[in-house]
Amino acid sequence: MDTKKIKLPLGIPGYNLGEVEREVPVTEPSAWPVNDKLKHVGKPVHRYDAIAKVTGKAKFTADIQLPGMLYAKFFRSNTPHATIRSMNINKAENLPGVYAVHIMKTDDGGYPEVKYAGQPLAGVAASSLANAEEAIKLIEVDYEYLDFVIDVEEAQKPEAPIVHKAAIESQTDGGDVGVVHEGTNAQGNVVGPSTSSFYGGPRGDLNTGFKEADVVVERVYRTQVHTHVPLETHGVVVDWKPGNMTVYASSQNTAAMRDEMAEYFGISKSEVRVISEYTGGGFGAKHSVGVYGPMAATLSKKAGRPVWLMLDRKEEHISEGNRPNSIHYLKIGAKKDGKLTAIQQRSHGTAGVALGAGVGRIAQALYECPNFATEQYDVYTNGGPGAAWRAPGNVQGAYGVEQAIDELAEKLGMDPLAYRDIIDKSEVRKIERQRGAEKFGWSKRKAPGSDSGPIKKGMGMAQSTWPRFVTLDSTAEVRIMRGGAVEIRSSVQDIGTGTKTILGQVVAEEFGIPVKDVTVLIGDTYFPTGPGSGGSVATGSITPAARNAAYKVKMELLEQVATKLKSETADLVMEDGNIYDKTDNTKKVSFKEALKGMRTSQIIATASRSDDYGGFKQPWGLAYGDLGSVQFAEVSVDTETGFVKVDRIVAAHSCGRPLNTAHVASQINGGVIQGMAYALYEYRVMDKQTGFMMNANVDQYKLPYAMEIPEIESLIIEDYSGTSSTDAYGIGEPANIATAVAIANAVYNAIGVRIYEIPMTPDKILKALKKI
Amino acid sequence: MDKDRQKKISEQEIRPEHVKKGLSRRGFLRGAGLTTVGTVALQTGVFGKSLPEETLDAQSIGPDAALIKLRINGKTRSLAVEPRTTLASALRDHLQLTGTKIVCDRGACSACTVWVEGKPVNSCLTLAVEVVGQEITTIEGLGSEDKLHPVQEAFIEHDASQCGFCTPGMVMTATHFLQNHPKPNLEEVKVALRGNLCRCGTHPNVFKATLAAAKKM
Repeated sequence: MDTKKIKLPLGIPGYNLGEVEREVPVTEPSAWPVNDKLKHVGKPVHRYDAIAKVTGKAKFTADIQLPGMLYAKFFRSNTPHATIRSMNINKAENLPGVYAVHIMKTDDGGYPEVKYAGQPLAGVAASSLANAEEAIKLIEVDYEYLDFVIDVEEAQKPEAPIVHKAAIESQTDGGDVGVVHEGTNAQGNVVGPSTSSFYGGPRGDLNTGFKEADVVVERVYRTQVHTHVPLETHGVVVDWKPGNMTVYASSQNTAAMRDEMAEYFGISKSEVRVISEYTGGGFGAKHSVGVYGPMAATLSKKAGRPVWLMLDRKEEHISEGNRPNSIHYLKIGAKKDGKLTAIQQRSHGTAGVALGAGVGRIAQALYECPNFATEQYDVYTNGGPGAAWRAPGNVQGAYGVEQAIDELAEKLGMDPLAYRDIIDKSEVRKIERQRGAEKFGWSKRKAPGSDSGPIKKGMGMAQSTWPRFVTLDSTAEVRIMRGGAVEIRSSVQDIGTGTKTILGQVVAEEFGIPVKDVTVLIGDTYFPTGPGSGGSVATGSITPAARNAAYKVKMELLEQVATKLKSETADLVMEDGNIYDKTDNTKKVSFKEALKGMRTSQIIATASRSDDYGGFKQPWGLAYGDLGSVQFAEVSVDTETGFVKVDRIVAAHSCGRPLNTAHVASQINGGVIQGMAYALYEYRVMDKQTGFMMNANVDQYKLPYAMEIPEIESLIIEDYSGTSSTDAYGIGEPANIATAVAIANAVYNAIGVRIYEIPMTPDKILKALKKI
Repeated sequence: MDKDRQKKISEQEIRPEHVKKGLSRRGFLRGAGLTTVGTVALQTGVFGKSLPEETLDAQSIGPDAALIKLRINGKTRSLAVEPRTTLASALRDHLQLTGTKIVCDRGACSACTVWVEGKPVNSCLTLAVEVVGQEITTIEGLGSEDKLHPVQEAFIEHDASQCGFCTPGMVMTATHFLQNHPKPNLEEVKVALRGNLCRCGTHPNVFKATLAAAKKM
């Protein structure tokens, strides 16, 4: 391929901003300067769909209504572990208004084994939701009850009931420990260990490392099961006509859902169309059609009508994913000068009947340490399946690692922030610590527990890392039309992150036209395949493709204009709605006029995400550098009631070139608030006697509401790496990793006693203070 | 309950086609399910006062669907609903007014907030038959693309929606609050919005938008 050399911004403005020359294919556009010098990119442009959202016109999947549409409901198990002798659906089938009933069967035609309370077993489609609900009450099941286990520690005992008697297929998402569990090496309910990640396996020798250590911290940290609670539940509306299945889905990944449906039913991908215009939150759990997709499709086929199947709130909590809990053992050693000598990690967690309870690679990747080993185990229990949750594994992992580093600092007699300057090699986190500390007022931090009076204030901080993940299978199409329309199309979806808007900004920047003149058509698998909205990959994957597609269209248009203006194509510039010759500015035509004079009615180009500039590549994808973040927390702890209030968070983040500062700040707010609620409130309560979730709602499952919201200040650090035509990356995962542990460190600073378990509910605070 | 609303219930909610002879109050409750209408009747005695209780006919409002008229966003809409049909379901499933969202379906999240006679209610806990004759305002009635309400404008300006599923409820709560508290401070705004759940963590921008809208209303 022909290449050219271009110069790209590299580094952090105000610190070490420079330039780097890279050899790139000639099909790549020239480099953008830093955001300051751009018109639309990097600006807080309003959301494309803001008007639709504030007027109630935005049609989410739950809002879809099609002619003749039926409403479906799952019949679910009311016991956590059983085999099924028989099921009787006659009464349900004969209820007026019922159009189809479907019993789920295994491949060999038998009933599936029940493995958690609330497991879907059958589905009903009826003329109204109320009718469907009545029908499922008429389904009768004869169970053979089996012993079950809910608790992650009890499940590890040799005498514990076995959840899966055979290996289960594989890990789909979650733990982020690199090794895909086949489920084949399960000992009882314990699977693992996973000992390596994409950063490699164990390093050095732990014994040597700990011998060299002058100080050692050895602790066990515990985190709870935490559910996603997207406001729009999981669900689909499926209209399966012969040769054409249309799936409206609340989705983080339309393309993956299309592929799953095609594979499940053994039909061509061309026969499946997944549409997701609006998705009411996902946070990691909405990448798959799960069971509800195939169920709705089966009912649609049986009834010959479209079927609406949205889960209710209780079902959402129980069966559509959660962040697994963790029991996380950590031992970290350091020399007197602070240098880390060894990190040993061992974890057990449960994703219920699924896999993915690893604690990530924070311990492996955040700090340099010559001797490292990890053993991460999944433990099966009779609970609903876990699913990826913003920065899977890493939030649990950071909760331990960043407390241990604070404890080491204290043992070494160092300030925790200053200590990280010694052990952390990341340039961007160094700047984040500096600028964050200044904004936060870190210098006012007092000694642990030194506040007088019953309400004690405390300050803490914590850090995180997330790789710059990219999905190369990310394609966008840009088209301009004679007469004036400009469009971008991709199957990528916008789940509230602002993907739609940044695509408009990128295309507008390339064409030099107002953002409002670009129509963004996404969330539909009839368009070129885009990435999923997960792992913070969407922005870094699809925006370079979008820019490159726009560039191709631009070059074709400029060739046509050059002929008319008698200019060289290379001399033409598109800017401020005009095309002009930079050598002779009398040669000029407006963008709109140029579109009127197009030779064909449309110019269309597609482009896919190209390899990272500079040859940065890992076998599992692309990742150059990291998305570092540093968060600071200030809390008030009432030592009489045990109640913790987060007063303030300063969150310093990098995401390469930020494309829309308003959206980045909004996502940081979200990551922080979810992290705060994880640290203090949210907790799935399972009844060990019955195996049921006891708080499958939004009032007893304590979520953050307005009164709990702290003051949040975000610092967005531009960090250019010269790796793609937009050099932009996501912020979804990084925003959520450090908050809980920053709060834990602040609580310690307030009361002078460390809590090793979240959520830090009042009882835990009072116990730590030996008041109860 | 204020006197005006009692009067409206007695005058408008029970229309002549509901009135037949030969049914006791207990029969009414049994027929309709222990609805909020029934509870109101017991608490206030309003039915007893305005209509002889034996004239109520359970069959006329249930269990099958009955034709009712609702005043929504200034227009009268006819629809056939069962007594158990909630206002949220009537709006969404019968009238395609899907701006009103159902999230928890038990009055804990305020996503389904609409105004009845100008006051915010959880439409998931309100029966459609309960609000016959009363003025109902939904998010669709607050402003349109061409003529946005100042609160909607402020939500756009301050990026106060991420996924957008909580937004209609947030806007309805915030607007009602500002109509009654023209010059609020941050703490008052938080208190007003404390029942509205958002999972994306957009609250800080909702607060900013509400405070900004106060200056334009």
